[in-house]
Parts: sequence; structure tokens; C-alpha cells
Amino acid sequence: MPSHAMDRAFTCAIWSAAVLVTSAFLWLLGDLVWHGMAHLSWSFLVSEPMNAGRSGGIAPILVSTLLILAVALAAAVPLGLGAAAWLAEYTRRDGALGQAVRLSLDVLAGVPSIIFGLFGNVFFSVFLGLGFSMLSGGLTLACMILPIFIRTCEAGLSAVSDDWRHGAAALGMTRAAALWHILLPAAASAIVAGLMLGIGRATAETAALIFTSGYVDRMPESLSDSGRALAVHIYDLSMNVTGGDGAAYASALVLIVLIVAINTGALALSDRWWTRRIATS
Amino acid sequence: MNTPKPELPATYTVGDVVSGPPCCEPVSHLRIEKLSVAYGATTVLDEVSLDIYRGCITALIGPSGCDKTSFLSTLNRLTDLVPGARVNGRIHFEATDVLDPRLDVLALRRRVGMIFQKPNPFPLSVRRNLELPLREHGVRRRDVLDHKIETALRDVGLWEEVRDRLDSPALALSGGQQQRLCIARALVLEPSVLLMDEPCSALDPISSGVVEKLIQRLRGRYTVVIVTHNLAQARRIANYAAFFWMKEHVGKLIEFGRCQPLFETPENPLTAAYVSGLSG
Repeated sequence: MPSHAMDRAFTCAIWSAAVLVTSAFLWLLGDLVWHGMAHLSWSFLVSEPMNAGRSGGIAPILVSTLLILAVALAAAVPLGLGAAAWLAEYTRRDGALGQAVRLSLDVLAGVPSIIFGLFGNVFFSVFLGLGFSMLSGGLTLACMILPIFIRTCEAGLSAVSDDWRHGAAALGMTRAAALWHILLPAAASAIVAGLMLGIGRATAETAALIFTSGYVDRMPESLSDSGRALAVHIYDLSMNVTGGDGAAYASALVLIVLIVAINTGALALSDRWWTRRIATS
Repeated sequence: MNTPKPELPATYTVGDVVSGPPCCEPVSHLRIEKLSVAYGATTVLDEVSLDIYRGCITALIGPSGCDKTSFLSTLNRLTDLVPGARVNGRIHFEATDVLDPRLDVLALRRRVGMIFQKPNPFPLSVRRNLELPLREHGVRRRDVLDHKIETALRDVGLWEEVRDRLDSPALALSGGQQQRLCIARALVLEPSVLLMDEPCSALDPISSGVVEKLIQRLRGRYTVVIVTHNLAQARRIANYAAFFWMKEHVGKLIEFGRCQPLFETPENPLTAAYVSGLSG
């Protein structure tokens, strides 16, 4: 029957879309593993780059990447949670100011990262005098991940049932207490999701960092040193260094493993915390 | 030694229902005068005046949509949470002017507890549900906390059922247990008034029966104002009843008085029609 044939064709189309997307990712991953594994070793992770990165390792680059990420999260998480709480709990959903803030966040979320890089260079490096440093880079990344982080957390908070807000108010609890003890924990999964989106975007960022944290590949001594992030290193090796492809593949593999590890860790942590503290029925 | 003294007679602390103490007295605990509620430009409740008597159970009855819940929410100023809500008139609670904008509403809500239609235990453990409001109101000592928590749970007949799982999630309890936990959570703050918004309507008949008996047991110790659509329940538990009805889309108080006469010999024909099941 024709309707059966239609249905079968439709099923096939759906399946092939899924297979296509998955295989593209697997192919990319396989390619990385295939080319990268040859270069990857323990000494690659713990030694300094030599000969513009063609040989040696990525130890200072790994350290810089993690430091930049730490700066970005240290700035973005408290600021983001505060802004999200304000949007979700302290302004009327249809208020003009709230709407203006939401609109600007949505516009900011779509701004290309190179613009953030230029802004970071002008504002953090030059105006605030932080120079080419991991501090500048981390703060620039914080600006970049804030819009999406705030909007995800706000959505999570707004999705929390009003029953708990009213219950807390009826017990004479302050709004701050309700937010801290009940609403934020209840929105934990959304907050972690926002955090993972942010971490993914921050660790993969190149353009915003070239102008802010620079590309010095020495081991950094403090946050005001310039530091080269992994993504910048990969870009440099594959674009500017002939014969750097092997090291670029290995670095890319490390970057992917790092992102997967951080995300898995965050997810597992929030899961454990959720079942211990909050729990479901 | 500073051991907290048990403030409840032993009859309240266990199992079966012992009917309430010498019932309520016709002494005004909450006096409501010409209370009107409006959301934006729409008046939903118009000039309601009545007395809520100390230690009594007062049932608010009437069809859905005549804003009995709005009325209830004005009594602990929960209407403050609704954007655009305006409340006019006067509410006297003991020596407090409830509608005074300078009033400490957090302190008011501690003394006027509220139970909602849908059980709303926090997504925390059973213990934390009771501990959180206590800590918020300055109770910090572990032994005092434990004593108050146990007393409140015994009060609602939940202690035996949950004593071994105080640290497991409250949301894992059954609906009826959750509602009794919510009542315990209100009682733990030692309020003098309890507002209940259809506390049994989301429960199965057996749990509903348990909660109903619990409410009867609260008579005398607490002033209870309960919204219910279950007329039989109102007759069983209430000392006083207030009948609300919609007139031109605005909720009005039609008749208020002792429960039995209101049901058996109502003065207003609207009340007569409603309680006999002819309308509403």
C-alpha cells in the first residue's frame, strides 16, 4: 500500500539523517585518533614545545588552557547566576528592563568571537592595562560565554514550579533563602547544562584569545603572563608551521578528550549531588 | 538544663484521632472588614466582612471561581506575590493590621501558616523540609531542631511512618504523606492560624480521610480557615461556614454563620440552593 511505502521511506530518511550526522562525527574523531595517536605519548603531555611546536610537547599550553578556563568560569559563574536569578526571580517576566536585558543577551550570544577578541583587546588588555595575559583572555571568554550561560540558567529557574516559591513564601522565608536553598538546587541540571555549553565554547575558542591572551608558548608563571591556549596552538601548528600537522592532530585529540572529560565530570558530579541532596520520586 | 519543654498534651502525639479539646470560642481572631481584591482593573472579590473565631474551623464554601483562594491569600499577604493584585479593606489579626504596608510579612506568615491544594514539599529530605523554615527563623540548636521536628511529625501522625527515613527524599512519600508533611512543616513554626486551600482535593479518598481527621484534631489549638468544595467535608469538620457566590463576575460573601444552621436552615435562598445541590 502506498501509505506503507511512504511510511517506510520516511523511516529510512529519518534513520539516514541520524546515521549521516553520527558518521560525520565518528569520521572526524577516527581521523583525529588515527593521525594523532602516533604523536601522542606521556612525554607529549608533560614536555615543553620545541622547534615551534613541531616536536616536544604541550605542557605549558595545557596549563595555560586550564588557567584561562578557570579565570573565565570564576568570573562567569557567579555573575551569570546572579544575572539569571535577577531575570527569573526579581523582575516581572514582561517588564521592560528585563526584556531589554534578554534582548541584548540574545544579540550578544550571536556575536562572532573575533568581535569579542577585539573588544577584549581594547577593554581588558589596553584600557584596563592587563596586556596580553591569561587574565585578559579568561575575562574575554567570560564575556563570551555569559549570554548563553545566563539564558540557560534563567530558563532553568523559570521552569521550577511556582508551588515551591509559594510554599517558601508562606513559611515566611525570604526570597533569597528560597532562591539559595530551593530554586537554584532545583535548577541544578539546567545550570550544569549552561556550564557545559560555556566550557565547550571557551575551550574551543581561538579568535577571541589571539588578541587577548596571546600565543607565547612558555610555561606561564602567573595569570598576568601571556599564555597560549590549545585551540590557538592547533591553529598555529596547522596554519603557520609547516611540518606541524602531527603535533596539531595530537593537540586536537587532547582538546577533544579534555572537553569530553570535563563535561562527563560535571554531569556525574551534578547527578550525584542531585540524588544525594534533591532526589526524585 | 535548657531542654525544650514538650508543648503538646500526650493525646496529640500518637496514632488514633482523639477528638479536639473543648472546642472553639466565639472570640474574634481575625476580623475582616470590607475586604476587596482586584487584579489590575478587575475586581474579583467585593467587600467581604466576617470574623474568624479563635480555635474554630471555618469553612469557605461556594462554586469554583468566586475567589475563595484570593480571600485566603490576603490573610497571610501571599497576594503580595501576584503582580497587579490590589487589596482594600481591613484585616485585624490579634493586634496586627495585616494590610499595613510596613508590616513584617515574614513574621506574619510565620504565625499564619498555609497549606496548598497540591502538596508542595520541597525537593529535599523529609528532615530538611522541616529544618529549613526553622533555621530561617533563627532556630539553630541541633537538639531543639530535632525535638521540634519530631513533635511536628508526631502531630500529623507521620512520625511512625517516616522516623526511619528522615533523610530520604520527601518527594518519595505518597501524596497523603506529602500533604501531612506540608502540614507538619507549617506546624513546626508554631503558628496560631492555619489557612488551608482545598487540602484534600488532590488526594485519594483514604489519604483524604486521614488528612481530614488530622484537621479535626487541630481544632482548639489552631484557628483553621479551610476552602473546600466538598460540602459533606465542610459539614463534618467546620464550626463556622462562609458561603461565597459570584454576582456579576465578582465574588461576594453571601452568608456566614455557624455551620449546622447554615447548612440546615440557611437564610439566603442562594445558600439554600447551593447547599441542597440545586445550583453551583
